[in-house]
Amino acid sequence: MGHLSVKHISQSFEKDSGESTKALEDVSLEIEDGEFVCIIGPSGCGKTTLLRIIAGLDIPDSGQVTLDGDTITVPDPRRGMVFQEYSLFPWRTVMENITFGMEMQHVPQAERLKTAEEYLNLVGLEQFRNSYPYELSGGMRQRVAIVRALANNPSVLLMDEPFGALDAQTRNLLQQELLQIWSKKKITILFVTHSVDEAVYLADRIVVMSARPGKVKEIVTVTLPRPRDRTSRQANELRNKLLEELAEERKK
Amino acid sequence: MNHQKSTFSGKGIDLISLLVVIIIWQFIADFLIQRKLILPSFTDVVSAFVNIVQTGVIFMDLLTSLVHFGLGLFAALIIGIPIGVAMGWFKYVNKAIDPLIEVVRPIPPLAWIPFAIVWFGLTNISAGFVIFVGAVFPIIINTVAGFKGIPRVYVEAAKVLGCMNDRCLIRHVALPSSMPSIAAGIRIAMGVGWMCLVAAEMFGVSSSGLGYKIWWHYYLHQMDYVLVYMLILGFLGLLIDRVFRWYVDGKILKWRKGVVV
Repeated sequence: MGHLSVKHISQSFEKDSGESTKALEDVSLEIEDGEFVCIIGPSGCGKTTLLRIIAGLDIPDSGQVTLDGDTITVPDPRRGMVFQEYSLFPWRTVMENITFGMEMQHVPQAERLKTAEEYLNLVGLEQFRNSYPYELSGGMRQRVAIVRALANNPSVLLMDEPFGALDAQTRNLLQQELLQIWSKKKITILFVTHSVDEAVYLADRIVVMSARPGKVKEIVTVTLPRPRDRTSRQANELRNKLLEELAEERKK
Repeated sequence: MNHQKSTFSGKGIDLISLLVVIIIWQFIADFLIQRKLILPSFTDVVSAFVNIVQTGVIFMDLLTSLVHFGLGLFAALIIGIPIGVAMGWFKYVNKAIDPLIEVVRPIPPLAWIPFAIVWFGLTNISAGFVIFVGAVFPIIINTVAGFKGIPRVYVEAAKVLGCMNDRCLIRHVALPSSMPSIAAGIRIAMGVGWMCLVAAEMFGVSSSGLGYKIWWHYYLHQMDYVLVYMLILGFLGLLIDRVFRWYVDGKILKWRKGVVV
């Protein structure tokens, strides 16, 4: 199960000068089990902060997040996370990276290796099992980062602009692969992006956030049938609508 | 166009330059200075070397010095790394210990010799202590520096994957991530420790040892032997450093290949 409930989250940051900036103001959000939700918004609107709070990496000033009814205060393996930067442990091989989470859960080694092997197959990186991250391309690294999070069997996968550093072609390919994984694993995905195209291609629902302080401006349900055509008329219309909303926010 | 020129500037040149230096050295010693006390010749040094090998003296010296060096370095590792880890990971430990270290660190290791003798007597431990003092600070400082440089995303990724407490994070993230810095610290520590060796053996903790023998032969005015032991110290120091680098780069830090150092 992976029902996420975000209730009245507010968060501000204190600068060194003493003044505080409001990053999030009264953000509430319900995400159903198995749903794919994208969060878009102008840069600096607190998208990443929200995701970090849901992961348990930051503690909000007020409000709470629950996963299937349990309040989240610290990170735990039920919520996997994929970071924007390359976050693979460079001192571990691809295989050792994927098994890291299971090692922490004290899963027996034979089982760890078996599960990891399945996930390597899933992203087609079998021949790189003993490679170190420096030997992989950016796209491969993020594939490994995704399956490293999945190998821990989380009910929610949090993704913070995971394809932001990739070139356009690799990006499209990884979006497709992610959708395949999502439909196979049936987990909840919360995906932060600054790319409207990406959100339109991936999401069941798109949460549009306002400029700082970040609030939920609008939640758009995407009804386009899957597999989606990136350039269909409906997709273009939706994209235009979202781009206009973002432009509005940027002017503020 | 075969690059024929490159064969000339290629491999042999270092050997040739070494040979030239030896010939010049021999010439100066034999014909210009002609006094073994001021400058022993190359052949003097070689025969002195053959002598200490034949009599077996050298092996006892090597053993003794390696015991001193090993003691000091081992102590520096098992004390320095935990202190560095605690300082690098826990801010309050750093705040508490850092001023102490900054006060003690600038004291030259050799200044500790009187206390080494008072505390440990004329023993191998006493020599080891002086080497320890020289070696421990580079290890502490580089461990702390390594810990300060851990990318935050590694720690957060580990937390999200279920590695939650300090012990787990130190063991699985902080230590491997700062291993390059710690290894560099150990290398510096070995260099400093090696330099302390001669002085540590100077005050008579043992009747053998590479450093001890330099002084012993100096008192006997056998400068050819002094030079032999100097050269052995140099070559052995080089060898230890090379073996360490080979081991660390090849085994422990092979994940860093391709990183430009």
